[in-house]
Amino acid sequence: MKRSLKALVAGFALLCSVNVAQAADIKIGTFLAVTGPASFLGDPELKTLQMYVDKINSEGGVIGKKLKLIHYDTGANPKKAVNFAKRLIKKDRVDVIVGASTSGTTMAVIPIVQKAKIPFISMAGSVKIIEPVKKWVFKTPHTDKMAARKIFLDMNKRGIKKVGLISGSGGFGKSGRSQVLALASEYGLTITADESYGKKDTDMTAQLSKIRATNPDAILNFGFGSGPAIVTKNVRQLGIKLPIYQSHGVASKKYIKLAGSAAEGVRLPAASLLVASKLPGSHPQKKVIQAYKSSFEAKHGPVSTFGGHAYDALYLAVEAIKRAGTVNKAKVRDEIEKTKNFLGAGGIFNMSKRDHLGLGLDAFKMLEIKNGDWSIVE
Amino acid sequence: MNRYRGFFVLALIIIIAPIIFPDSYFVTVVGVTIALNALVAVGLNLLMGYTGQISLGHAAFFGIGAYSSGLLTTMFSWNPWFALLMGLLVTWLVAEIIARPILRLKGHYLAMATLGFGIIINILMVQPTHITGGPDGLSDIPVLNILGWDIDSDIRWYIVANGALLLGVWLALNLINSRIGLALRAVHGSEVGAQMMGVDIERIKIRIFVVSALFAAFAGSLFAHQQAFISPDSFSFHFSIELVVMVVLGGMASNYGPIFGAAVLTMLPETLVVFEDYEVLILGAIMMGIMIFLPQGLWVGLSQKIKPLFLNKATSSVESVGG
Repeated sequence: MKRSLKALVAGFALLCSVNVAQAADIKIGTFLAVTGPASFLGDPELKTLQMYVDKINSEGGVIGKKLKLIHYDTGANPKKAVNFAKRLIKKDRVDVIVGASTSGTTMAVIPIVQKAKIPFISMAGSVKIIEPVKKWVFKTPHTDKMAARKIFLDMNKRGIKKVGLISGSGGFGKSGRSQVLALASEYGLTITADESYGKKDTDMTAQLSKIRATNPDAILNFGFGSGPAIVTKNVRQLGIKLPIYQSHGVASKKYIKLAGSAAEGVRLPAASLLVASKLPGSHPQKKVIQAYKSSFEAKHGPVSTFGGHAYDALYLAVEAIKRAGTVNKAKVRDEIEKTKNFLGAGGIFNMSKRDHLGLGLDAFKMLEIKNGDWSIVE
Repeated sequence: MNRYRGFFVLALIIIIAPIIFPDSYFVTVVGVTIALNALVAVGLNLLMGYTGQISLGHAAFFGIGAYSSGLLTTMFSWNPWFALLMGLLVTWLVAEIIARPILRLKGHYLAMATLGFGIIINILMVQPTHITGGPDGLSDIPVLNILGWDIDSDIRWYIVANGALLLGVWLALNLINSRIGLALRAVHGSEVGAQMMGVDIERIKIRIFVVSALFAAFAGSLFAHQQAFISPDSFSFHFSIELVVMVVLGGMASNYGPIFGAAVLTMLPETLVVFEDYEVLILGAIMMGIMIFLPQGLWVGLSQKIKPLFLNKATSSVESVGG
């Protein structure tokens, strides 16, 4: 007993002494779902952060100091996220936190960052993160609310009146579904059917037949993973000729590959990053997006919009530190809130006291799949 | 007082740790997680270690406690302590109802049934989005208050969580050393044998299942207030497995084994982060090593090896297992 106690004490002492970092660095903390069910988010996010922290350091750092990235892997587990956030704040004493790949892990740490009074920029989707506004919390990705609005605007243009909704039962699908149901009447649309499917379902023809029976003008699917691809295929297999709308959750080449020829004509809102090369030269974001795309692809392979959210989060923080000229947390927070006309990968950010995201609907492009590739509809 | 010796040593470690390392992340933050995990593991050990029944659904009871506290305090503004009691009551009812059919099963079948139960409860947390918040979870759970004293800092949570753990260990110790405890071990040894000796095995299995569920629910309620946010991910099947591993890794049928197991299993991933990409590999290797070289579990195995060096040789190995 005594011996093991001594060993324990020695172990503690060792752990406490190891992490005395150089005081001069600007410490950026992050906790991402690099492994586990949301690794498709966390992996490109971490790679992006590492790549750009190195780049900034090689160019001389920020306000004369080097950046230091401290990262932990949450595996999308909110319990772990809470402890890692505390660790970043208490033990690593970081100056700003960017990160949290999923809405669950973000929501879990909000009480902690609010209490510790540290600027926190999240890379997760849910609109709940910034509505109502929380003093120290910001985020970079477009919300499902914006996606729903963008889709509805396009439906209005095409004269669609009745929509058959089918959504995934995961967090993304559920959150999107509630936004769709809440906003539809605002755009004069009626939701004729409200079906859902499970994460691992391989056939949605039953739900789709039900939707067909309600006679909608279009089918809208909110979800990500393999579900939307199966929905798309099933719709065409059933011989339903209605237009299909997908959410920004399927904005990757993988979806087109999985759905094959059934994906032709499908429309979805997505960030400009996806169609970087097709943007007109006058587009203000074009330079930023192409630079990000080419440097990411040179090192890690095909780009996804998720890494773009990390790029935006990092640069929002870095620009704010530059303007503040210090790492004082309150001043950096104020500067993040004052962000105006920041050209990011996700859009042009204009933050304010009432808006801690700062993206307008124009940050989304309405895309249509043509010949197995994205094309812009305007 | 011999039977409480371990209890006092545990209390001493808990009290001394924050005095030596007053502002250490590993004591005041991870220490709280360890205490709550350990509390569930001690309860689960009553069922697994002493009675020989497995449960792969204990995360569900932990979750029922957490969601009772979370929902009643946020939606109906209940006093957190009433909500906690309500959580225990709900857990009691649920455990009582499912225990009867489930505990008739044995071995793999019992494992399957409890696993299924855990998954069903998890779905019940995810699906009714308008009540539980669905996968996005439940936020703004109020602070716990003891006699006008807000439990809102890490060190205060350390005191409360570890106080709860000590209470739990003390209850478990008394239970095990009572007549019921003897009956439990008899059931573990041989159900037929126990029945022959006049033990009502069905009733006693149900009772201990309920008690161990209550341990989990109590820890769950505290967890909800400590985190101020809960979501179904924290009560998944994965956590049930983790709990079982804590019990087995620490050593079954010893009250301190599960605590040791909880401490090791919670602490290891926190310390191994320095290895970055190799973290999971190293964790796996350590687990395998423990199971190969100390099959009775870390605590029981180590204490059997170390105890003779410190105590007089008269202490029999049987007693060290029981302690």
